[in-house]
Amino acid sequence: MAIAKRQFDAVVVGAGGSGLRAALHLAEANLKVAVLSKVFPTRSHTVAAQGGVAAALGNSEEDNWHWHMYDTVKGSDYLGDQDAIEFMCRKANEAVYELEHFGMPFDRTPDGKIYQRPFGGHMQDYGKKPVPRACAAADRTGHAMLHTLYQRNVRARTQFFVEWMALDLIRDQSGDVLGVVAMEMETGEVMIFQARATLLATGGAGRIFASSTNAFINTGDGLGMVARAGLPLQDMEFFQFHPTGVYGAGILITEGVRGEGGYLLNKNGERFMERYAPNAKDLASRDVVSRSMVTEIKEGRGVGKDADHVLLKLDHLGAEVINRRLPGIREISIKFANVDPIKEPIPVVPTAHYMMGGIPANYHGQVVALGGNGFVAVVRGLYAAGECACVSVHGANRLGCNSLLDLLVFGRAAAQQIIDDLKRDPYPKPLPAGAADRPLARLARLETQKDGESVAEVAAAMRRVMQAYCGVFRFGDLLKQGVAKIKEVAERSGHTMISDKSKVFNTARVEALELDNLIEVAMATMISAEARTESRGAHARDDYPNRDDENWLKHTLYFKNGYRLHYKPVTLRPLTVEPFQPKARVY
Amino acid sequence: MRFSIYRYNPETDTRPRMQDYDIALEPTDRMLLDALIRIKASDDTLSLRRSCREGVCGSDAMNINGKNGLACITKLVELKEPVVIRPLPGLPVIRDLIVDMSQFFKQYHSVKPYLINDDPPPDKERLQSPADREELNGLYECILCACCSTSCPSFWWNPDKFVGPAGLLQAYRFIADTRDQATSERLDDLEDPYRLFRCHSIMNCVDVCPKGLNPTRAIGKIKELMVKRMV
Repeated sequence: MAIAKRQFDAVVVGAGGSGLRAALHLAEANLKVAVLSKVFPTRSHTVAAQGGVAAALGNSEEDNWHWHMYDTVKGSDYLGDQDAIEFMCRKANEAVYELEHFGMPFDRTPDGKIYQRPFGGHMQDYGKKPVPRACAAADRTGHAMLHTLYQRNVRARTQFFVEWMALDLIRDQSGDVLGVVAMEMETGEVMIFQARATLLATGGAGRIFASSTNAFINTGDGLGMVARAGLPLQDMEFFQFHPTGVYGAGILITEGVRGEGGYLLNKNGERFMERYAPNAKDLASRDVVSRSMVTEIKEGRGVGKDADHVLLKLDHLGAEVINRRLPGIREISIKFANVDPIKEPIPVVPTAHYMMGGIPANYHGQVVALGGNGFVAVVRGLYAAGECACVSVHGANRLGCNSLLDLLVFGRAAAQQIIDDLKRDPYPKPLPAGAADRPLARLARLETQKDGESVAEVAAAMRRVMQAYCGVFRFGDLLKQGVAKIKEVAERSGHTMISDKSKVFNTARVEALELDNLIEVAMATMISAEARTESRGAHARDDYPNRDDENWLKHTLYFKNGYRLHYKPVTLRPLTVEPFQPKARVY
Repeated sequence: MRFSIYRYNPETDTRPRMQDYDIALEPTDRMLLDALIRIKASDDTLSLRRSCREGVCGSDAMNINGKNGLACITKLVELKEPVVIRPLPGLPVIRDLIVDMSQFFKQYHSVKPYLINDDPPPDKERLQSPADREELNGLYECILCACCSTSCPSFWWNPDKFVGPAGLLQAYRFIADTRDQATSERLDDLEDPYRLFRCHSIMNCVDVCPKGLNPTRAIGKIKELMVKRMV
């Protein structure tokens, strides 16, 4: 079957924060760029980020990037790579100022500077007390940022392929990546996007869980493509549960609520975080707060008829602060929890939120894998940025507001690396024979499968398994069972049936293709979690409650083929400053 | 709960039809989108756009019992049965509830929806007083769902010439931004019998905006500025 082909200098897959930041830099460098997105760019999930973007601007209190770096290393439970963390924190101010220059409608301090609020784990003077570091546009920072970046791309005349879904990578014999195969959703047409550089910016995969703050589109497409192409996924056992998802609905309530002075209560009306984190209290990092909440619930101090959630109180902030700083939260609470937070607390529960793991990349955005000799080697032609990448700046637990920063810094860095690489390497390599065979076979299977389970059923089974066997607290025996169960679900996912066989905007087919990707992420997450016999950051094991630096201060690499696991050392050496040595983590 | 949903697949249908669904809801199904997802689980041929399911991405705008809105923040208990669901009016239908939004985005792009400031930026942020920043409230929050423009008769009649409420709201978002230097260029661009002046203040846009924004007021402000610069 002849497939249409188009050539570009670079293809960016995904048009959220990191994809758009990268696309802008590439377009302004006058490269021929194609940006592929399953949805119109401003519908990407960056739009739902609320609280802010971290940068030590010091606009209302003293701050500097060294403290930010320390907080990020500590927040990562020392699994973050300190070279990448230094890189990100040092670039933070520039990245945020640039965004302001692009037109981002940040809130302002009385003297006209960017408004900053405190956020979990962001502290002054190496952990002494909370510092306002989250640069905010009310509680709609992600929306403001995504729209600003899209607008800037409109100005730069970036070429978008909207509602195109990337299906698989093209790799040649030597392992170089030469582009992607993608499908236009409106027509069902499949096309090869040949490119000298392919940047994956496909975001998260929260939809592997039953209860998630993530959008329907967060299906780990880049991770699925990478896993099928024989490349590893890194640190997948570390999945962040955000402390405050709306009870029953899963919608995110920003940590900014606690940054503005809100706090959590158990059924006795006790501000229980004072017991778990005497210094930072409700602004301890997310893994700590989520575990504390689940512990309260497990010990019978939960709220409600099933005693299965806690309360987030903010009415004491007053209507003025809530309406000015947290208007979106008020809107969400009224719509999804039937409470007006000006008068009543919001029922909340920890909810799957962010994937710390992802496609292994260095801080230049280059995807890295194991070379023939077992050493880390760059995969030529392939780059990753944003939530789909594991650089790793977030290690075992991400600090709030560091993800929007990650998107900006590494979106731009990856684009710069692409610009440099393309200068050195100006000619496209020939495509291998059968470049589109894998995705065409996936499509052909869906076309011909006449009976079997529905995609919705199998996806629901996957989400149930992940939620029940791989949650906030993990147990050795449950993880073992979970591995068996998720393998069984993965097997089922190969035999799903869609009754819709049409070409035009066939969303049943899209959902089936997304399930292929979700399953890869779920498998990697469960298997990596089962293997890591320690507790670190978001990975908390009942049978191994302590961090074990002697055996586990290392990154997991998961390979789809044979479910193999490899490990690689954490980079403890920063670029210019002294390393932060692992020590006990207290908030 | 009973639903009557607009169906059209260009590959198999010569004309659109309404299809009835009667589905049992779970207590956790609170919003219209929850019900539509449940319907899709039983009939995967129903096509619709959806993503964030919390009213910020703007994907699932549709016509619900005659009024445009977002399925994900429309409460089921507030809907009269059978719930009649149609695609957004005034735009070409691609399939089922999915419309071709090209014309809508073309108009959005036509207002140069980006900050124009040719001064070299300072080392830090450009300063803006809280009061000046306040001017952007009610403007920047637009999610480009198209509920407003596709409820506007002027947009139905002249989608190629009238910018429409969403585009005009964004035009004013940049006019109102003290950091933007292109106000007069922006006003020149809109001073046209169609681009701006097809707005007849019917205010359907205000009535349907799921974010509670007021494009009519923004349009009024643009008109005011045009008058002001003439005198």
